[in-house]
Amino acid sequence: MTDQLAPIMHHDGQETAPVAWNREALAPGPAQEAVIKGITGEITEKGFVVANVDKLVNWARTGSLWPLSFGLACCAVEMIHAFMPRYDLDRFGIIPRGSPRQADVMIVSGTLTNKMAPAMRRIYDQMAEPRWVISMGSCANGGGYYHYSYSVVRGCDRIVPVDIYVPGCPPTAEALVYGILQLQKKIQRTGTILRG
Amino acid sequence: MGDLVASGLAGRLGAMAFALSTGLEGVLSAAVEKGELVVHVRRQSLPGVMRVLRDDPRYAFQQMMDLCGVDYPDRPERFDVVYNLLSVTLNQRCRVIITTDEVAAVPSVHRLWSSATWWERECYDLFGVLFSDQPDLRRILTDYGFEGHPLRKDFPLTGHVEVRYDVDRGAVVYEPVKLVQDLRNFDFTSPWEGVMTLPGDEKAHESRQGIVAGPPGQKR
Repeated sequence: MTDQLAPIMHHDGQETAPVAWNREALAPGPAQEAVIKGITGEITEKGFVVANVDKLVNWARTGSLWPLSFGLACCAVEMIHAFMPRYDLDRFGIIPRGSPRQADVMIVSGTLTNKMAPAMRRIYDQMAEPRWVISMGSCANGGGYYHYSYSVVRGCDRIVPVDIYVPGCPPTAEALVYGILQLQKKIQRTGTILRG
Repeated sequence: MGDLVASGLAGRLGAMAFALSTGLEGVLSAAVEKGELVVHVRRQSLPGVMRVLRDDPRYAFQQMMDLCGVDYPDRPERFDVVYNLLSVTLNQRCRVIITTDEVAAVPSVHRLWSSATWWERECYDLFGVLFSDQPDLRRILTDYGFEGHPLRKDFPLTGHVEVRYDVDRGAVVYEPVKLVQDLRNFDFTSPWEGVMTLPGDEKAHESRQGIVAGPPGQKR
């Protein structure tokens, strides 16, 4: 591993700044070749590789953070923007899932009503662990515009534990992407293969 | 051209208003208000009038776009029920208004327009208006087991219950509403209300707040 981040060389000869969200990424080149050679050498010599399992698990978790498509209101439109080609969450390995059994993260995007609350809790309970929740927008964060309404839950954290709050009414797609990257950071910092 | 069309439409609506107010049993009044035909009908006569409005080729209101309620708590018959009708063949609209109260049932129009069922359920849910001859008068929007009719003026804004997840019971539970901070009703028309008097600005501030009346005739 090099201390300094090498700029990324593209096939057309352009150089761009290193990607900030993966500090250990290596650009194609001699340094990367050396790492790959080292690993293949270890495999041919010993038949196994020694790696940091926690890091490997965190890499896998952050690299394929599948959200449940759970759009409740207008914030869902911004969430859709984030999934669409302009912001393209696919490049982070983030693919919306239709089933809670396949999802890792639930993005609560919109107003959570009293009538919806038990259904949302049930869906959250159906998600496999480890699971995370992003609360998106003012309504999900604390009721927002409908805080004094007779029919709206004053914050979805009354129903499920929330990891990341994304402010805004609605938050921009960039804000949601930023929130997801913050969640990746949180997983990398706190994530562990041990349960508890 | 647009004015011609508009004036022709207005003339037709006026003629319809006249025909409705004179020649139809149960119509209390019919007039063109702000370019729209508004018909006030006695509650008991509603089905007959509605059938004429739908089937008579002069009116031909094939569709009911909307049914909504209005609450005037000071009136003896506190609710208005408003029907918005559309004729797609004649390109005209009509608004039929009746009054009712909490106990008097309104004749349902779901046999004339089947779409009326959901609207009537909504009106029943939010206002508590009853509809007779409506076989499916359930709540449609509010929570299961909801009590009260939230669009009535005497319904408290924040309702009576709130929900949270109870970890011990493993379920979403209902509890009486507890608000950390009451709703603050700001006077948005005055940007200066509640502003402290700034040093050196006492005089202007006092006259603005009406504390010191200026000379008579002067605009504050």
